[in-house]
Amino acid sequence: MSLSSAANPTLLRISGLTVRFGDFTAVESLDLAVAPGETVALVGESGSGKSVTSLAVTRLLDHAGGRIVSGQITFQDREGRQRELTTEAPEAMRRLRGPEIAMIFQEPMTSLNPVLKVGEQITEAIRLHQGMDGAAALAEARRLLEKVRIPEAARQLERYPFQMSGGMRQRVMIAMALSCRPRLLIADEPTTALDVTVQAQVLRLIRSLQQETGLGMIFITHDMGVVAEIADRVVVMRRGRKVEEGEVNRIFAAPQHPYTKRLLAAVPVLGSLADQPLPVPFPMPDAPPPQPLDTVRPEAEPVLELRGLTTRFDVRRGWLGRVVGRIHAAEQVSFSIRPGETLAVVGESGCGKSTTGRSIIRLEQPQSGEIRFAGEDVTVLDRQKEARLRRGVQFIFQDPFASLDPRLTVGFSVAEPILTHNLLQGRAVQDRVAQLLTQVGLGPEHARRYPHELSGGQRQRVCIARALASEPRLIIADEAVAALDVSIRAQVVNLMMRLQQEMGLAYLFISHDMAVVERISHRVAVMYLGQVVEIGPRQAVMNDPQHPYTKRLLAAVPVPDPARRGHDRGLDDSEVPSPLRRPDDMPEVAPLVPVGPDHYVARHRIGGLY
Amino acid sequence: MLGYALRRLAGAVPVLVAVSIFVFAFVRLLPGDPARLVAGPDATAQDVALVREEMGLDRPIWEQYLRYVGQTLQGDLGRSTKTKLPVAEEIGQRFMPTFWLTVVAMVWATAIGVLIGVISGVKRGKWQDRLGMVFAVSGISFPSFWMGLLLINVFSVRLGWLPTGGYTDWKSLILPSFTLGTTVAAILARFSRSAFVEVSQEDYVRTARMKGVPERRVVWHHTLRNALIPVITMTGLEFGSLLGGAIVIETVFAWPGLGRLLIDSVSYRDYPVIQALILLFALEFVIINIVVDQLYAVVNPEIRLR
Repeated sequence: MSLSSAANPTLLRISGLTVRFGDFTAVESLDLAVAPGETVALVGESGSGKSVTSLAVTRLLDHAGGRIVSGQITFQDREGRQRELTTEAPEAMRRLRGPEIAMIFQEPMTSLNPVLKVGEQITEAIRLHQGMDGAAALAEARRLLEKVRIPEAARQLERYPFQMSGGMRQRVMIAMALSCRPRLLIADEPTTALDVTVQAQVLRLIRSLQQETGLGMIFITHDMGVVAEIADRVVVMRRGRKVEEGEVNRIFAAPQHPYTKRLLAAVPVLGSLADQPLPVPFPMPDAPPPQPLDTVRPEAEPVLELRGLTTRFDVRRGWLGRVVGRIHAAEQVSFSIRPGETLAVVGESGCGKSTTGRSIIRLEQPQSGEIRFAGEDVTVLDRQKEARLRRGVQFIFQDPFASLDPRLTVGFSVAEPILTHNLLQGRAVQDRVAQLLTQVGLGPEHARRYPHELSGGQRQRVCIARALASEPRLIIADEAVAALDVSIRAQVVNLMMRLQQEMGLAYLFISHDMAVVERISHRVAVMYLGQVVEIGPRQAVMNDPQHPYTKRLLAAVPVPDPARRGHDRGLDDSEVPSPLRRPDDMPEVAPLVPVGPDHYVARHRIGGLY
Repeated sequence: MLGYALRRLAGAVPVLVAVSIFVFAFVRLLPGDPARLVAGPDATAQDVALVREEMGLDRPIWEQYLRYVGQTLQGDLGRSTKTKLPVAEEIGQRFMPTFWLTVVAMVWATAIGVLIGVISGVKRGKWQDRLGMVFAVSGISFPSFWMGLLLINVFSVRLGWLPTGGYTDWKSLILPSFTLGTTVAAILARFSRSAFVEVSQEDYVRTARMKGVPERRVVWHHTLRNALIPVITMTGLEFGSLLGGAIVIETVFAWPGLGRLLIDSVSYRDYPVIQALILLFALEFVIINIVVDQLYAVVNPEIRLR
């Protein structure tokens, strides 16, 4: 295939494209071609220039402060004319955006205008470019919403974006992008912000719409699993340059460039540890293959025990603050973690996994249940218990940038827990900070830096060092690697596993990423609508899932292997229901039923789908 | 929408009750005999006794409060100790000049201020932006009494087109409202520029461009509406503070407004008037807040439909 498939006339051809922002070269001498009906995946980590390329093609770059320094972007329009997009006048470009070139963005939550009805936002493009009147455009918008499988399309047109879920909003974005029947679709990380089951639905939708309409597509992503699902051809980018290009099967089977090899090696493949009961670090290039880590001390007393932890949030309305509903964020959650053990809590947004973690250290106040830390009942905290709990349990958050104070040096942030808990004084504090920074793979010299001087991976290492500073026994990691690039993610996960081995730490690893969970965890708890629906040894839960929701979750994970694409993995278009219930409508909660050694599953009806 | 409006109205009731308690307590908590305070510095002992009886100071405190509220609701705010006229009448005379001055100033200042802000925001870094911000900075830093005097000098003394002061016809409104509005326009220009710039970096503005929406529509339809929310807050606050009377400008233009009444009554310790003015200013802010909340709801469906 690739460029030589000259039988297919080229829809878009980029040659020698160089884009700069000020003095910074974001894209350098890029060549790329897209044929009608073809999907080219543009792959790379943050800063690789893949999104900038899309901005250059659409010339949204003009509004983003960048400029095209050299190169051509040739686009064949509907009438068969060759258009040179680098030199088109702004007005001519505007007329191309929508009817010829459309785009779907990463963030469905912020990409729709919050003050305009969904119907108006879809019809706007139709009216502008196709000259339809209001009623005809509305009918067309309704047809489009039905096409992207939004239920009750007519009613949805009257709604505002904030009244819809992320998955629904992304469908609206797709409907909007397709509204003028474009010939080139650029999808910039369209599923990255979505839950995995929703991602699977949206990917399938994009694929089927593409087959139907024969449009050419540039699909920008960092997720090799998604690439394997959707791409015909892959272009790998790094630091603004193309490092490799090839047909999708070839790239996965026989990557040529060392960077591509590294990228693929870092991709966690779900099922790669199916035969291995213990966690195994990610393999690193130029390093011996990693060994399984046996860190759990089964005879030891649990570090943490939860019994029936329940956290609900009242939804109040009206002048007197009457309770009109309750969000059952965590409902009768029970589990325990032993020293050296990693318990992964998985589930989709709103399932209550974060609330559970936050309730343990009282970032949220639970309504009922019992929390025992290191054998001590810490459900009701006095001053001393609180100090012990806060020292012994540390938290790592998802966004390493937002969780470090931008005005404090790294050294100060790491030293703070030491000073708060009065562990060391004077000179010893600095020595300890230096030691901690070394332990997480940074250097003592980083202590004087500010967060903005560090990369995302380095910042997360700082957050880990800070968490270690108070010598905790349990670390709650809430999506701690979700915001990192794949190769960095692998390194940070390996670091966490090394620390566990060295210090006997226990982890509560909250994550939506099943492949990472497979690597790091000893046991897995699956949460759905605030309840644990399945819990057990990682191997048992992942190899032989018992609960229908666990099955659905695992089936939705994209497989980074293009050879296994497309087989129906039993997906449906249903939405996960809301954990919001009326105050008098209590969910059914029942004890889990044992189905294997240490493996328990819910057999009662949870409400909603199961 | 109606439910929202009613909830906002209901929310104002406790505020007004709190303010009335404060105003009621105001005179009674000051050191000295409240009756003497209200009766004024040169009242005779007889006058004071009369006032004491009139205020019911021998009655239980809750009865006094209820009486005060009842009288206030009937428009009886007592008599000014200085002019001996009913306070309601006193304030009534001064309210309309302040009201007109404020409304005229706010209307043009909001229109011009937001327009300058949007143009500066669209033409970020270009000469239009610089010019707009030069206006904004000078408008904020130029002392209004000085501007007022300059305007009088040029338009009244030299050219003789407009009156030097006083509250007579529409001509007398031009200079004071211009002076008053300049500061407001400058503040709003800065404010709406930054709100506009912030919103124009939002993802949905990019989405609109990607749909091929013409630039003019991107600005006025997609960006401005979202940028208006903080601007409405600011406009409401400015409106409220101007309704309290603009002391400097009223003095420069000999404008018979509430600002000067407040100054006069404070320097004369005219407690009934001070009391009534506090109540009035609180009421104005409550009303403006309700209006601002309604405007939020018009602009932002998330507030309206929640």
